[in-house]
Amino acid sequence: MQIQDVLIPVAIFAGLGILFGVILAIASRVFAVQVDERVEQITEALPGANCGGCGYSGCAALAEAIVKGEAKPNACNSCSSAGIKTIGEIMGMEVEEAVPLHAHVMCSGNCHTAAYKYRYEGASDCIAAEKLGSGNKACPNGCIGLGTCVAACKYDAIHIVDGLAVVDDTKCIGCGACATLCPKHIITLIPVSSKYCVECRSVENGAITRKHCDAGCIACKICEKNCPVGAITVTDFVASIDQSKCISCGKCAEKCPRKVIKLCD
Amino acid sequence: MEYFGSVMSLMFTALLVENFIFSKFYGCCPFLGVSEKPATALGMGMAVTFVITVSSAVTWLVYHFLLVPEWADYDLGYLKTIAFILVIAALVQFIEMFLRKFIPTLYSALGIYLPLITTNCAVLSSALLIVQKEYDFIQAVCFGFSASLGFTLAIVVFAGVRSRMENADPPRAFKGFPLTLIAAGLLAMAFSCFSGIKFG
Repeated sequence: MQIQDVLIPVAIFAGLGILFGVILAIASRVFAVQVDERVEQITEALPGANCGGCGYSGCAALAEAIVKGEAKPNACNSCSSAGIKTIGEIMGMEVEEAVPLHAHVMCSGNCHTAAYKYRYEGASDCIAAEKLGSGNKACPNGCIGLGTCVAACKYDAIHIVDGLAVVDDTKCIGCGACATLCPKHIITLIPVSSKYCVECRSVENGAITRKHCDAGCIACKICEKNCPVGAITVTDFVASIDQSKCISCGKCAEKCPRKVIKLCD
Repeated sequence: MEYFGSVMSLMFTALLVENFIFSKFYGCCPFLGVSEKPATALGMGMAVTFVITVSSAVTWLVYHFLLVPEWADYDLGYLKTIAFILVIAALVQFIEMFLRKFIPTLYSALGIYLPLITTNCAVLSSALLIVQKEYDFIQAVCFGFSASLGFTLAIVVFAGVRSRMENADPPRAFKGFPLTLIAAGLLAMAFSCFSGIKFG
């Protein structure tokens, strides 16, 4: 074995390495991209669950939007108040603390109480069923119950029980991913502090709602009359509670003849 | 004319008969990893096509002018794997910088899979096969291009199948990855029909 047998390969590979190194060093200068370091810092402060509840494709996309000024610094519902504060500091602005929210399904029509129009056999997806005569339940505003929200939830916090979506409040972080997808728009984000809510969104009059569902709001206005602080109003044949006025006395739930006003803490 | 015919048959063989994914099982990682949406799959396929075509040319030059040159009396053929990995790694780095600057949407769509092309066996195997089959420069580039086009074809077709499968309601045990693997197997069987075709 001669010394060249070692030297030649070493020389060639060292040469190749240096050549590529120089080319890449030049390329990194020529193709340099200006990256705003705030984007990275905000991504760190966000929960990193990429739930999509904010409407952006993930936490990094939201961070970019916040830096560009397209989204508010408190746009993330599942962010802790400390995280929101950090984002405010990074952006150099005052951020009001967001009220902690959780999702709630505003429908009581499960398979025992709601009337069905037809038997649905198709893709297990509410959006698909919605296109087929707006779902298989007679009520045009009721939960379809095929679990599009269940599939959207990254926290295993929503489940279909007896053909009706039910949120597990201990797991829900209020990201709102289910609410954006629900074709019936019956999942609402309500403040965690709210005690009572009307679990119906039927905008038909009382007689029609009775035919559709045994657990629908018939707009009898008993709750409106009994509320001591005037927090309940009946508009479009459905009651709604103004959570900022509600004192959680529970009289509405007690008097409701259809039992659609429920404890929902 | 005869040379042209041989190149064409070589390209057809690399594209369909000896498809990288379905008959050689090279590059299965991106094939299963980036085939959820046809658009992303096409992006990945194009990136791989670009890398393989350029790396085929560069590795051919490196092999014939540096490792086993005619003008010198040394033979470093035994070091070709290391040399090819070096070339491919540098090339992928370069392409990554290029995409980040000029096509940021494709850059973010490919995500982690772009640097993974470095270790994609399809890229290295195409460089090694070119040496093994003793192709000349034009044949080498044509082989690299059509083999990677075969990769793109496979991944895009499979992404189409997968996006249709998303609406299916299979038994729970098959949901997700198991069904994906079964579909890949069926597609590979379909491609095995091409192995009966002989040219020339």
